[in-house]
Amino acid sequence: MSGTAFLEAIIDGILTGGVYALMAAGLTLIFGVMDIINIAQGIMVILGAYLSLELSVHFGIGLLPGLLITVPLMFCLGVAIEFFFMRRLHDEDRTKMSILVTYAVAIVIEGILTATFGVNYQQLSASYVNSSVYVFGFYLPDIYLIGFGMAIALLVGLYYMLYRTKFGRAVRASLQNRTAADLIGIDVNRVRTISVGIGVGVTAIAGVFFGATNAFNPNSGYDLISRLLAIVILGGMGSIAGAMGAAVFILVINDVVAAWWSPTWAPIVYFVALVVVLSIRPQGLFGRAAVRTQ
Amino acid sequence: MTLDKQTSAAGDAPASPAAAAAPGAGGDRTQAAAAGPQPALRSPLRLGARGLILLALVVFPLVITDPTTTAIAFFALVFMVAATSWNMFSGYSGYLALGHAVFFGSGGYALALLCQQLGVGGGWPSFALLPLCGIVAALIAVPVGLIALRTRRHTFVVVTIAIFFIFQLVAYNVGFTGGTSGVFLPAPPFSGASFNTPFYYVAFAILVLSVTTSWLVRRSRFGLQLLAIRDDEDRALGLGVKTRRVKLSAFILSAFFVGMIGGLYFDFIGQVFPNTAYDPLFDLAVALMAFFGGLGTLTGPLLGAAVLESLQQYLTLSFSSSALYLIAYGVLFLVVILIMPRGVVPEISDLLARRRLKAIGASRAADKQLSGVAEVLR
Repeated sequence: MSGTAFLEAIIDGILTGGVYALMAAGLTLIFGVMDIINIAQGIMVILGAYLSLELSVHFGIGLLPGLLITVPLMFCLGVAIEFFFMRRLHDEDRTKMSILVTYAVAIVIEGILTATFGVNYQQLSASYVNSSVYVFGFYLPDIYLIGFGMAIALLVGLYYMLYRTKFGRAVRASLQNRTAADLIGIDVNRVRTISVGIGVGVTAIAGVFFGATNAFNPNSGYDLISRLLAIVILGGMGSIAGAMGAAVFILVINDVVAAWWSPTWAPIVYFVALVVVLSIRPQGLFGRAAVRTQ
Repeated sequence: MTLDKQTSAAGDAPASPAAAAAPGAGGDRTQAAAAGPQPALRSPLRLGARGLILLALVVFPLVITDPTTTAIAFFALVFMVAATSWNMFSGYSGYLALGHAVFFGSGGYALALLCQQLGVGGGWPSFALLPLCGIVAALIAVPVGLIALRTRRHTFVVVTIAIFFIFQLVAYNVGFTGGTSGVFLPAPPFSGASFNTPFYYVAFAILVLSVTTSWLVRRSRFGLQLLAIRDDEDRALGLGVKTRRVKLSAFILSAFFVGMIGGLYFDFIGQVFPNTAYDPLFDLAVALMAFFGGLGTLTGPLLGAAVLESLQQYLTLSFSSSALYLIAYGVLFLVVILIMPRGVVPEISDLLARRRLKAIGASRAADKQLSGVAEVLR
């Protein structure tokens, strides 16, 4: 394998890693604030992609302007799911139950998508999906660059919101200790609802870039959620910076193995990497060691 | 399903997880769990109800010969075994494993490849190989368990999912599984209307075996150690439970039965493909069934599997669209979880215990301590 192809695979991995980092950031934010693993995150990205497809095919609204409609829609979906399901889970087995409940939500969404759109593969298209720019001897597809730029901007925005605003302080407070946050007058339920809304809302944006760079059908959610879980667990649950690092790490491994060996073996390599890392460091690469809670 | 059946389930209801917080509660919980099945045996009515259900299951394919119905009954039995075996590990230990399709599919591949290599015919000769399928699955469970059980809580869940995907991807890509074209099993010599009957009885035999094992585990010291791990693993370790060995044994035991029934399931289907053998929906289905009925109970997974699997088969057959059953399945589960967060069997047995207390004129003060009393009644 030539050095150029190797470098190209790394660059591809970093660029797609940005979009994955955005999806994973939503997942890890929901986990951090609520102790809930949202298995439906994968299918929600696909749902976002289908919404963009509908808007562009039937209403002639472009992919990027369409985000002004799809992001609020997905935000509302997240708020509704938090309000109707997540809030009702008991504290002691919240994580475990949340996996099953959100898995059930995921198969309901998958069923609705299959009933509406069928199982044929679709892909989003726009003028900037197939064009590319020539930089330092590499052809970089525009859509990868736009996706990466937007993902980084949003991640920085998310980071700023969490660490520099009053709302972010409230989020982090409810993340650290629910009771204490309650006592100093934070409306923990509101904070949680909005956080889940944001975590789900970003899937609309990720959906556009995923849908434009990959063919998808209602079944694609499984593949996506397995990657996202690998990323957030590797990065340490609840850590946004960890999710970014792990997303780039996994996608670079994926693309390098795909270019150097075979695309079919690429996922095996990173799942094996995940299993190996977790059996040595159960808290993930960037996570803190679990503190015994009781 | 009659109310008698539900009452008998009270004997299997799990101890409340809240009790884990009280250090002194250990002894009471042990007694409550050990005494569980005995009151049920004392009552001839409940014993009769159980015997009646067993008898109904035995004569079912003799009375109802419609192949569609017996096929649905067979699938329900398969999932009753799968959910019971899954519960033997996940329900008792509290470790949520979402990768049991690894053992289900490996059992199927084991049977298909064994038949192919040894030249074994379909039907009864292939059924004789089922214990081997279980052993193959159990052997696979050893390294999987050793790796996955190093982690806890949500990390464990994700590791089991990751291992599941590794198996699926390997099955797609290695030579001996036949890749996407799959492996075919020898056609059984059964014909016509009685085709399903042998499969039904073999599944029933495995069900009896797995339920008996699950019941014995629940009553044994081993089962109590698993429950202790579920309630507080660090404390169990501190009290001298060999947690790693106990968890791994339960994991392997559970894989054995899932592998065995996996072999039978694919024998019935006739072919094994990577996407049917290692199906993410299977991982979820067994967990949902156990949760639906009541996690950690004996009758819960049976009830959950019987209801959900029959419903799924019925919906698939009547609408011939997978989309509708996905929606129905998900919605039903969400509704049950919202109304009965602990599952059908524990919630109803609590309700009945409360009724019974009211009937014997319990005072309101006693009513407040009801959860404790209900514990003893179990």
